[in-house]
Amino acid sequence: MAIGISLVRVDARDKVTGEAKYTADLEPRSCLVAKVVHSTIAFGEVKAIHLDEALAVPGVVKILTYFDVPDYQFPTPGHPWSVEKAHQDVADRRMLNRRVRFYGDDIAAIVAEDNVAADRAARLIRVEYEAYEPYVTVEQAMAPGARAVHDERPNNVLAHSGFQVGEMSYREALASEDGLVTLEKTYRTQTVQHCHLELPTSIAWQADGKINVITSTQIPHIVRRVIGQATGLPWGSIRVIKPYIGGGFGNKQDVLYEPLNAWLSLQVGGRPVKLEVSREETLASTRVRHAIDFHVSGAVRKDGSLVARRCLANSNQGGYASHGHAIVANAINCFKQLYRDEKALECQANTVYTNIAVGGAMRGYGIPQGDFAAECLADDLARAIGMDPLEFRLKNCMQEGYEDPHTHIKFYSYGLRAAMEKGRTLIRWDALREQYRDQTGPVRRGVGMAIFCYKTGVHPISLETASCRMVLHQDGSIQVQMGATEIGQGADTVFTQMASEATGISVGKVHVSTVQDTDVTPFDTGAYASRQTYVSVMAVKKTGALLKQKILEYAGYALRLPVENLDLRDDQIVDTLTGEILRPVADVALEAFYSLDRSQHITAEATSHCKINTFASGCCFAEVEVDIPLGKVKVLNIVNVHDSGSLINPKLAEAQVHGGMSMGLGYALSEELLFDGKGRPLNPNLLDYKLPTALDTPDLQAAFVEIPDPTGPYGNKALGEPPAIPVAPAVRNAVLHATGVAIDSLPLSPQKLVEAFAQAGLIED
Amino acid sequence: MYDIEQYYQAQSVADAVAALGRDPAAMPIAGGTDVLIQTREGRHAGCHLVSLHGLGELQDIRWEADGALVIGSGCTFSQITRSPLLQGRVDMLCQAVDQVGSPQIRNMGTLGGNVCNGVTSADSAPSLMAYEAELELQGPQGARRVPIGQWYTGPGKTVRGHEEVLTAVRISPQNYEGFSGCYLKYGKREAMEISTLGCAVLVKLTADRSAVEDLRAAFGVAAPTPVRCPRTEAMASGRALDEALVKELGQSVLTEIQPRDSWRASRDFRLQIAKELCRRAFRRAVELAGGEIRA
Repeated sequence: MAIGISLVRVDARDKVTGEAKYTADLEPRSCLVAKVVHSTIAFGEVKAIHLDEALAVPGVVKILTYFDVPDYQFPTPGHPWSVEKAHQDVADRRMLNRRVRFYGDDIAAIVAEDNVAADRAARLIRVEYEAYEPYVTVEQAMAPGARAVHDERPNNVLAHSGFQVGEMSYREALASEDGLVTLEKTYRTQTVQHCHLELPTSIAWQADGKINVITSTQIPHIVRRVIGQATGLPWGSIRVIKPYIGGGFGNKQDVLYEPLNAWLSLQVGGRPVKLEVSREETLASTRVRHAIDFHVSGAVRKDGSLVARRCLANSNQGGYASHGHAIVANAINCFKQLYRDEKALECQANTVYTNIAVGGAMRGYGIPQGDFAAECLADDLARAIGMDPLEFRLKNCMQEGYEDPHTHIKFYSYGLRAAMEKGRTLIRWDALREQYRDQTGPVRRGVGMAIFCYKTGVHPISLETASCRMVLHQDGSIQVQMGATEIGQGADTVFTQMASEATGISVGKVHVSTVQDTDVTPFDTGAYASRQTYVSVMAVKKTGALLKQKILEYAGYALRLPVENLDLRDDQIVDTLTGEILRPVADVALEAFYSLDRSQHITAEATSHCKINTFASGCCFAEVEVDIPLGKVKVLNIVNVHDSGSLINPKLAEAQVHGGMSMGLGYALSEELLFDGKGRPLNPNLLDYKLPTALDTPDLQAAFVEIPDPTGPYGNKALGEPPAIPVAPAVRNAVLHATGVAIDSLPLSPQKLVEAFAQAGLIED
Repeated sequence: MYDIEQYYQAQSVADAVAALGRDPAAMPIAGGTDVLIQTREGRHAGCHLVSLHGLGELQDIRWEADGALVIGSGCTFSQITRSPLLQGRVDMLCQAVDQVGSPQIRNMGTLGGNVCNGVTSADSAPSLMAYEAELELQGPQGARRVPIGQWYTGPGKTVRGHEEVLTAVRISPQNYEGFSGCYLKYGKREAMEISTLGCAVLVKLTADRSAVEDLRAAFGVAAPTPVRCPRTEAMASGRALDEALVKELGQSVLTEIQPRDSWRASRDFRLQIAKELCRRAFRRAVELAGGEIRA
């Protein structure tokens, strides 16, 4: 059995010794560097751009501007392409722009011999702008008479959607009975950035009749398509290579600077060009998590039953569409999929162009935002009727067998309530809720919780397709080639385990190709949506079965035995009737390669088109200590419990949860990308953008309720993104328990807390 | 690659003074934890650097015959924290510089750089203000000493002349003997942090440990330069150790500091933090001095 064991990461050795190659390690000789010139206003037009002084800097090879780029508008999100025009992503981006839509927009690019020459040239470029009043908030951009950020959307609303569940409207539900307790609240989430360790870097050059691009991406096959759409080059003439990457978290589920870099290389005769954006540029000019405001109402009976809710969510898109409305549409689904409103649920969402940094995909894809709102509301409603928030959730949360009435995604396996009960024990919920009641003094403690659910992959909203190729080597080991990508999450390791399970070849003889090369790698859309161990491994399982069958057929020929009596177990061909070991696969492989009678290179390849989806779920419990006069929250104990089906590799699963919890803690307490009134980012660097450090991070507890999911290839379902989701509302609810003060926006930063505590009369002179 | 036009490695302090004298555009660099970051940001693009890095004569920590502690300007933060000579004598300084950035930065950044950078957020500054350190400079005209109270002339500005090299920081025995102190740094996280506000409180108790004989309170990021609070210090002198004094200290320092309002932190927030840190630092300093605060 290769499933359910904590196999040591297959890339551990290379990564620990530094042998693993990342994009920047693969820089060819005589590589030029490119530097992007960014706008220093948030909204307006470039009237003139003066390059003479910059071009005179020694080492500068060429400077290109918006004037030079081909006039193609292209989409950037890492979604499968849609063959139906109505479902295609919004194509609102050009490689370099004359109309500037956020501070840090790309207006020109310098190609130089080295970064010093490029930096010097960049400082000498003079740009004349016609500046417009920028829109930092959704309200500003939606105000009557606001100027269009994109002409295609005159009112700046990129998209609107909504749904209603129940037989009546929210208003009708309120009017339908007496004695309801109601709340109206606004919950706000902030702009944050992924802060993956490795910067977005690419190297492009022309060779062998192709434009070649090595890039740090989660989605190599999609990058190939978008380079084609952005440059007009035939898609088959573009080759994208993805080596090891140092994290992505969704920022690299977008096509960032690869098209520009490919095009720049072609402008300098196909010479290799490296384009590495700095940390500051990554924060300001790549993608961020959408800030979303939730205007929410809720009505409960005094017995704790949830009667109705209503939500209007406004999502701040920034200057370009990227993943656009998909994010907030997902966020409001969180209301629908987590609780049962007895009478009514109404949800509406707007995605609005503004002039701040561009919102894209980030771990959880809108659900961390939606979950913050839904789970703050759950605690606030429970508090309004004096009910224990855990009991409130147990009473009202989604039940076993739930199926979304619109998408038909289902809880094929259900562990939400079991997860809550497990968390209750691990954190000692009942004892601590009692112990921390009615505290006084400057330092107080509290315990809080939040639940979540999350779908596995994107079916039926988008296409789910994956393919895999397996090649039998001469020694009986196999090569597994997949378009699914290792991005640090451990994909190659669990693919190894699952390929072993599917074929009967032992894990030590399974070689997963970690580098994707779109010229040879089978098609897969890549790492996102917590999909790969589910969707991509369906292709592994299918391909594995095919390969095994071919090996057994050859073994049957070689051994002169009927194939139906043969099986492949632990690298051996065995007789299924007697259990006798007949021959090592290595011998069969060697014979298949070199037989003078029947030479055969045994390979298999299959595509799996996944048309099913299941909900994963779980919860977070946090115990905090609040230093009221200093506005500091210390997390004393925190536990995430996950209902993610069977675990393929328990140790890696635990590590995945730790990483997500850490990201959730930053979201809860300290991270926020700030903009001034002119749309200029104030803190696009890792000194002022407060990513938590090791010293800020408590011991993280990961727990699981392992209920096999019947739809998962090996009983598994989503775990990649979920750990980041419930942490922020759990911490917020713990602070509420400790102090009685409800903080309704993220992050729970010290100044915000001190202001709220002062207002509540908790701070002495 | 950093945009450094010229780099000169000085062989001695005198050599560095001469090199600075030859080039009006030259800047000294020691550990580089500020200069290199600013160079990367483009602020010193094309800079000319005179390196003091590795000069043995700047890395000495001495205890002189008169009891003065003399810390070479080239000592790194981690050398200071670990110095057996400084531990037990100027613990507050040892502890303050251990809160700079990260272990890597503390292994490279120097006390001299922290002082010459002239910024109000320097983690060593409030402690040096409280210890009334003297700064020893070497220039073309010879050596001079400047009390730290006269060192800062504005944000990022000091009285150091272009050709002068800070060679040492001197703390005389009357400013540390019998004192106990506590520096509290307020940052939004526990490491890799620039101070939002820093407070150093140094106290000497009366022989019976019932009252304050001498108290010094100094702040970073509470004004454009590091500042002392003389009126509060005078008020506290001779006062019994009680809760009324603790409360009054917090209120009093607010009349002597001028923190700025910025997007990093509001003025009101910094005032609240200053009030609270001052009280907590005082409590801790008294505890270290063996005193007890009565109700």
